[in-house]
Amino acid sequence: MPYAIELTGITKRFPGVVANEQVSLAVEVGEIHAICGENGAGKSTLMKILYGMQPADEGAIRVFDKEVHLGSPTDAIAAGIGMVHQHFMLADQLTVLENVILGAEPTRSAGRIDFARARAHLREVGQAYGLTVDPDDRVETLEVGERQRVEIIKVLFRGARILILDEPTAVLVPQEVEELFRNLRGLKSAGTTIIFIDHKLDEVLEVADTITVLRQGRSVATVKPGDVTAPDLAELMIGSELPTAQTIGVTVTDEVALEVKGLTVVEEDGRVVVDDVSLRVRRGEVLGIAGVEGNGQAELIAAIIGTAAATAGTILFLGEDVTHATVRHRREAGIGYIPHDRHREGLLLQAPLWESAALGHQTRAPFAKGLFVDRAGARERTEWVRREFDVRTPSVEVATHALSGGNQQKLIVGRELAAEPAVLLAAHPTRGIDVGAQAAVWDDMRAARAAGLATLLVSADLDELIGLSDTIAVMMRGRLVAMLDPATLTARELGAHMTGAGVRGDSR
Amino acid sequence: MSALRRLVLALAAPAAAVGFALVTSSLILLLIGSNPLVAYGDMLEHASKLETLVDILNRATPLYVSGIAVAIAFRMNLFNIGVEGQFLLAFLVAAHAGSLVSLPAALHIAFILVVAMSVGAAYAGAAGVLKVTRGVNEVISTIMLNAIAVSGLVAWLIKEWQAGGSIGTGTTTRVGTAPIDESGLLPDLNGVLELVTRDLRPGKELTGVLVLALVVGVVYHVLVNRTVFGFDLRASGFNPFAARVGGVPPKRMIILAMSISGAVAGLVGMAELMQSGYFPSNPIQGLGYAGIAVALLGRNHPVGIAFGALIFAFLDVSSGVLQFSGAAPREIVVIMQGVIILAAVVAYEMAHRARNREEARSAAAALHEARAEA
Repeated sequence: MPYAIELTGITKRFPGVVANEQVSLAVEVGEIHAICGENGAGKSTLMKILYGMQPADEGAIRVFDKEVHLGSPTDAIAAGIGMVHQHFMLADQLTVLENVILGAEPTRSAGRIDFARARAHLREVGQAYGLTVDPDDRVETLEVGERQRVEIIKVLFRGARILILDEPTAVLVPQEVEELFRNLRGLKSAGTTIIFIDHKLDEVLEVADTITVLRQGRSVATVKPGDVTAPDLAELMIGSELPTAQTIGVTVTDEVALEVKGLTVVEEDGRVVVDDVSLRVRRGEVLGIAGVEGNGQAELIAAIIGTAAATAGTILFLGEDVTHATVRHRREAGIGYIPHDRHREGLLLQAPLWESAALGHQTRAPFAKGLFVDRAGARERTEWVRREFDVRTPSVEVATHALSGGNQQKLIVGRELAAEPAVLLAAHPTRGIDVGAQAAVWDDMRAARAAGLATLLVSADLDELIGLSDTIAVMMRGRLVAMLDPATLTARELGAHMTGAGVRGDSR
Repeated sequence: MSALRRLVLALAAPAAAVGFALVTSSLILLLIGSNPLVAYGDMLEHASKLETLVDILNRATPLYVSGIAVAIAFRMNLFNIGVEGQFLLAFLVAAHAGSLVSLPAALHIAFILVVAMSVGAAYAGAAGVLKVTRGVNEVISTIMLNAIAVSGLVAWLIKEWQAGGSIGTGTTTRVGTAPIDESGLLPDLNGVLELVTRDLRPGKELTGVLVLALVVGVVYHVLVNRTVFGFDLRASGFNPFAARVGGVPPKRMIILAMSISGAVAGLVGMAELMQSGYFPSNPIQGLGYAGIAVALLGRNHPVGIAFGALIFAFLDVSSGVLQFSGAAPREIVVIMQGVIILAAVVAYEMAHRARNREEARSAAAALHEARAEA
């Protein structure tokens, strides 16, 4: 079998750390090759090298049996390599066709775009690979799965024969994942080679022809899915067994910490994003909110923390009506918050770590003394969080952006739990962090639950939801449509509920 | 990263910027047939005189206050381009109001300062209100408000409030607002200066507002870096979304930050008012815009802004001597000011990246060590 890609002895050093060390990888033409590893194992670096975004310090790259030098993504595209990034790079206001040709527009004389030719080419590509999209849809109207398809088509449109997908399933619900996998198999049968980065092991085992595992910058094994099990892979990845989100025992009390009654949030454009939602979270209870993203979970959380105004309904926190209270009042009263996007809402990336650790708590001890910042107290508390929550950093003075994603997340979780809130709003608390950090966050949340914390958990990770929650509410189009018992629920059934496919748990 | 290294990185950038400006201006001077060494020599020789130093400090004082005003808004990622309009309007109203009352010295001075700060705060606050209620970008609104203030309000009010004649015992005539009583003027610092140096030439005065400017600098530092309010302000500047869920009310912060910036801007004109006692019909202009450059050069740091103000004041004052000695066209100092700012922006970005790289490196190393131990 000829190789589409052969990497030999790739080494990439960043100052003070080796991201890739003598990594070798051989991908056969027309196979789906998965690359697994924890965050920080060097997957992204390796793919950036392969896509020409970063030069390797050592090693050789051969594409279709030709030694190549990839100095930029343009070189990679010319060599037939395309990449679909985890965060979509689409212009919402443009149509599918406009997005696909953006930067590679076929032109007629005088620089005019040849839309007819573009449209024809797009149709050819779609037919050849079995990918259907309407070229005239505006991207903002598309579902996440469809947007991903546009990204894939965009890459194929540019003539890519090797496709790199960076954690493509992270943003999808199970049904969309299956659709993606069908598409990938279609691409494969059309002769495309696919490199697929993932750390969800069952998915990898399902779709990949070959799996290469990276650990601490080295390629530790290349295996066939038939020869290994998920626990085997986990062991290869982290050198120990896979952590689970399973909660032990029931700690739910009778005391209601958070009660939401008839909450409705209407956007300025008149869309009802949260529709008559009522729920109760008791001390010691984790209430999970499941749902396809964009069904009102984010707005529900925003209304409870106070950044979105409630159009109707009430929010009671420990019996106090906080429906119209300021964010600051709610936070001081004891509502903790783990935002879904730590960079956007959780941290001050340019500020030193101890200032990020103070955020949201800056008006209270130990971060403040009266009207003044208690710099010593704040540093001391941050040191404590660093120790107790295993935040790996050279000191609390470094800028927050210098930390890895997992450590940033541990800082946020630590900061919120250290303030001993009565209610914790946790939105995707382990999104995009590695298995080790994920296990740590789960442990922390379990311990806080046992200590009487009432948690409202929103997550796209269904195993996490099922594992951590005492009750799961399914949210769809702004409404809570089902209350489920996680003890008797599979991820597949839950996925079916989320897409409205009904209680029988089969969407097909 | 050690504190020393941090300091070196912080100082290397402005030093490089000034160096680059020197090289560029030298090339320009050579190109037009002037000898840069002679020109710089004249500038330095002139600046080494005590009277010139007084001129530089007098000039640096309003520049410093203006820089602080801009910096307050900058810390929240707000661009108060309107210091110019705020300070001129505040200057004029304070001059007029100060001339209408007669109070004991301390009260009179306090009254004038409060009027100036209130006018500046209200005028800048208007831009803040427009931003939070109507989404008007503060850059646009403050530029518009500058036009309204400078060629509208000030031009009109100076006519209304104008009182000609001569002041004091001198024979010089001046046109401007009615003079403020002696009780409303800050004494000069000549006495203090003469304690450590020689007597100043008659007619030279070191402005007492210099002390006020230093107080403004200290208050700025404490407010921004040591108070919870300052934390909220900086957090909003770093990341408005995170600040918001962290309990910082975004609209209130925008209005407050603009108002405080405007209040400080209101003090820019005091250096002149507290010395001359009136608002002249042809007031000094451009201090508000220079403040933007000074804040940029000083990295919004209270000491940095002082250096920036001194460099700009030195160049401003030097333009006179160049014209006098004929060593070079006086406009070369404006070119130097411009090049310093451009070079500073580039140099700061480079230093910033170097620091980021270094921090990422040390954090990665810490992670690596922790792994190795595990």
